[in-house]
Amino acid sequence: MSTLTIYKRELKSYFSQPTAYAIIVVFLLSTMAFTFTFGNFIRAGDASLEWSFFFWHPWIFMLLAPAVGMRLWSDEQRNGTIELLGTFPLTTWNAILGKYLAALSVWLVALTLTFPIVVTVNYLGDPDNGAILAGYLGSLLVCGTFLALTMLVSAFTRDQVVCLIVSTIACALMVFCGYDDFTREISKATSPALVEAMTALSVWDHSRSLDRGLLRLQDLVWFGSIIFACLLGTSAILSAKRS
Amino acid sequence: MIEVEQLTKHFGSKMAVDDLSFTVKKGEVLGFLGPNGAGKSTTMRMITGFIAPSSGEAKVCGISVIDDPTQAKTKIGYLPESAPLYADMTVTGFLKFCADVRGLRGTERKDAIERAIDTCFLSSVAHQSIDTLSKGYRHRTCLAQALLHDPEVLILDEPTDGLDPNQKHEVRQLIKNLGEKKAILFSTHILEEVDASCSRAVIVDRGRIVADGTPQELKERAPEGSLTELFRKLTTRDTDEAA
Repeated sequence: MSTLTIYKRELKSYFSQPTAYAIIVVFLLSTMAFTFTFGNFIRAGDASLEWSFFFWHPWIFMLLAPAVGMRLWSDEQRNGTIELLGTFPLTTWNAILGKYLAALSVWLVALTLTFPIVVTVNYLGDPDNGAILAGYLGSLLVCGTFLALTMLVSAFTRDQVVCLIVSTIACALMVFCGYDDFTREISKATSPALVEAMTALSVWDHSRSLDRGLLRLQDLVWFGSIIFACLLGTSAILSAKRS
Repeated sequence: MIEVEQLTKHFGSKMAVDDLSFTVKKGEVLGFLGPNGAGKSTTMRMITGFIAPSSGEAKVCGISVIDDPTQAKTKIGYLPESAPLYADMTVTGFLKFCADVRGLRGTERKDAIERAIDTCFLSSVAHQSIDTLSKGYRHRTCLAQALLHDPEVLILDEPTDGLDPNQKHEVRQLIKNLGEKKAILFSTHILEEVDASCSRAVIVDRGRIVADGTPQELKERAPEGSLTELFRKLTTRDTDEAA
């Protein structure tokens, strides 16, 4: 119940300020721009969204997800409202989950608003809609991972800008460290074991298989455990700051 | 109603609160006096469950804040020193949120909000956004939040700070009236407030209680019968430290 109250307040706060709208508009413009230019959506003549559409999402999320998540705890700490939350009859987990789900909902709205592309492929061809749905799940999970990471960073600092920079770098690392062109260069210089360790931390393996329409348990577990670890870390930091 | 036993808090090597014990009974208004940095806010933050004590125990209505924080917090109304608020909300919106967190529903919630708005003279700004309010109104909005659920225990950290003389008078009157049915702990360094609203006062210095009694008793202890003299005699001054 308390989680729902926090969730409602956070969500209202996103949509009563220009932040959420601005980010959603930038997201929609950039996904569409990538899909129709570099993604070769029309010329490829392929009725799947794997390469033309979903491939671009991690790149966009690594820049935009921290912008949604940066205020989650930094703002509370700077304004002192964390003292209100800390003395209300609710647990730290109520607040963490409420805030996290609110930020995730902003992205759910953004992803839902990309529906015209799904309508378009269905009009032009005969796509596998199950695979498209799995692709959307993959996008939401990548975004959820980046949001959880941003939330963890925001628990450390009162400064939103610091949070934005640090979490963007962290998210970018998770994108780059498994990207083929990048790992190929790295593997020339270092041992294969190191490269393998790096790719294990990257979102690509797991999001690519979902984009292809494969719903593998190992991918869901991977996303789930990273998100959970970040939320657990957030709770630990917030408690440590109060002891 | 409030029982504090050997409460101690140190931040690193710095002792903020040193083995503090006192009780506040129902119908009692305890003034918490002391110079800046004496440990007043730290003590209040420990009783409200915002920060964890290094050792010792705090109980509210017989419930331990350390063992059962969520239950204990339902009994407390707390006004933090900086009167933090969510600036993106309206006064009524903020109070609705706080009422939801406190588990108030339906007409109960509506009545509670109306009562708090009346008590704190907020009706003229009820639908105004919090970031457009002057300091006095912001302070009273936060006070309204503390009174909302009609708590048995009120903990107010410098409730008259930043108010004009008329508002100060109103708030002191309010504390005195509320004190007949509740246990109130409030901190101040304005000594005239002790006469105006307290039934008992303690003077704290460097985390320890150096004087405890009714305002009359304290005055009798003072060299020239004034609280200011007693305060100056008992507490350490910044100028002494330098000497």
